[in-house]
Amino acid sequence: MDKNLKYTFVRTLPILVGFIFIGAAFGLLANEMGFGLAQTVFMSAVIYAGSLQFALLPIIGGAGSFATIILISLSVSSRQMFYGLSFIERFRKMGRRALFIIYTLCDETYSVLCSDPPADADRDKFDFYAAVLNYIYWIAGGAIGNLFGQLITIDTTGVDFAMTALFIVICTEQWMSKANRLPAVVGGVCACLCLAVFGRSSFILPAMILSMAVLLTIKNKVKEAGTDE
Amino acid sequence: MNNPTIYFVCAVLAAAACNLFTRAFPFIMFSKSEKLPDFALYLGRYLPPCVMAVLVVYCLKGISFSSASGFIPLLASSLAVLLLHLWKRNNLISIAGGTLLYMVLVQVVFS
Repeated sequence: MDKNLKYTFVRTLPILVGFIFIGAAFGLLANEMGFGLAQTVFMSAVIYAGSLQFALLPIIGGAGSFATIILISLSVSSRQMFYGLSFIERFRKMGRRALFIIYTLCDETYSVLCSDPPADADRDKFDFYAAVLNYIYWIAGGAIGNLFGQLITIDTTGVDFAMTALFIVICTEQWMSKANRLPAVVGGVCACLCLAVFGRSSFILPAMILSMAVLLTIKNKVKEAGTDE
Repeated sequence: MNNPTIYFVCAVLAAAACNLFTRAFPFIMFSKSEKLPDFALYLGRYLPPCVMAVLVVYCLKGISFSSASGFIPLLASSLAVLLLHLWKRNNLISIAGGTLLYMVLVQVVFS
C-alpha cells in the first residue's frame, strides 16, 4: 500500500470516528424526516457540509423556498471563504486533484491540510488522500445512519468530541512553532469576543473577519515574531 | 415546482453551489494574478493557526457556566487532550483519551 495513504489514514482516524457517528446522526434524522437512502447519499455526496446539511433537512423537507436555501447555505458556509487562501500556490502545481480538494474543503480536511504530514510523506498525495478519505467517511456515515440508525442501541453520546480533540491537537502542534503563537492568540481572543457579542449561532463569520482584520493590522509584529526562530 | 423529485434535486444543487462558491472563493479571486499580492501571501501563511484557534472556540461554544454540567465535561476533556498531547505527543492517544473522558463525563458523571 502507498505509504502516504497509510499516513493519511492514521491522521484521519479521529475524523473517521467523528464522521461515521455524526454522518449516521444525519442519516437517521433524514430517515425520520422521510428521506430515503438515495436522497441521503445524494445530499452528503453533492453538498458535503455537515452543519449545513443538518440545517437544510427541515427546510428541504418542508419544501422551503430557494431564497431560504441559498441564504442559509451562504451564511452557514461563509467561514470557508478564508480556507483556500493558504493553499493557492500549493494547489496551482497540483493539477486536477486540487479541484477535488477545493470541492471538499470542509473544516476537518482544512485542519489536516494545516497540519504537517510526516517528514517522508509526499505532501500532495497526503493532502489529496485526506480529502478523499474524509469524503468517503462522511457519505458512509450518512448511509449507515439512514439504513441502520434505528438499530443502534449503544449510547454514543459525546463521541463527536473526537473532532474537537483533533482541532485542539492541531492547535497544540502549531503552538510549538513560535511564529504561530501570536496569530493563534488573535484567533482565540477574537472568537471569544465575538461569541460574547453575537451569541452562539452567529459569531463565526464576525470572528473570522475580525481576526483577519487584526492580523492585517499587526502585520509587522506577527512577521517580527516569525523571524525570531 | 410540482414534482417533488425535481424540487429535491434542484434544492440540493442550489445548496451545493453556494457551498462550493464559498470554498472556491479565494481561488476564483486570485485565479488571474500571476503572483499573489503581499497581503494574500501574508494571510495565507498566518491565517491557519488563527483559524484553528477560532475553530476550537467554535467547537466549545456550547459551554455554559450556569451549571457544572454546562462546562466541566468540555473544559476538563479539552484540558486532558492538551496535557496528554504535551506529555506523549501522539495524536491518537490525545484524541482517544480526551474523547473517552468526555463520553464518561456526559454519559455517567453528569447524566
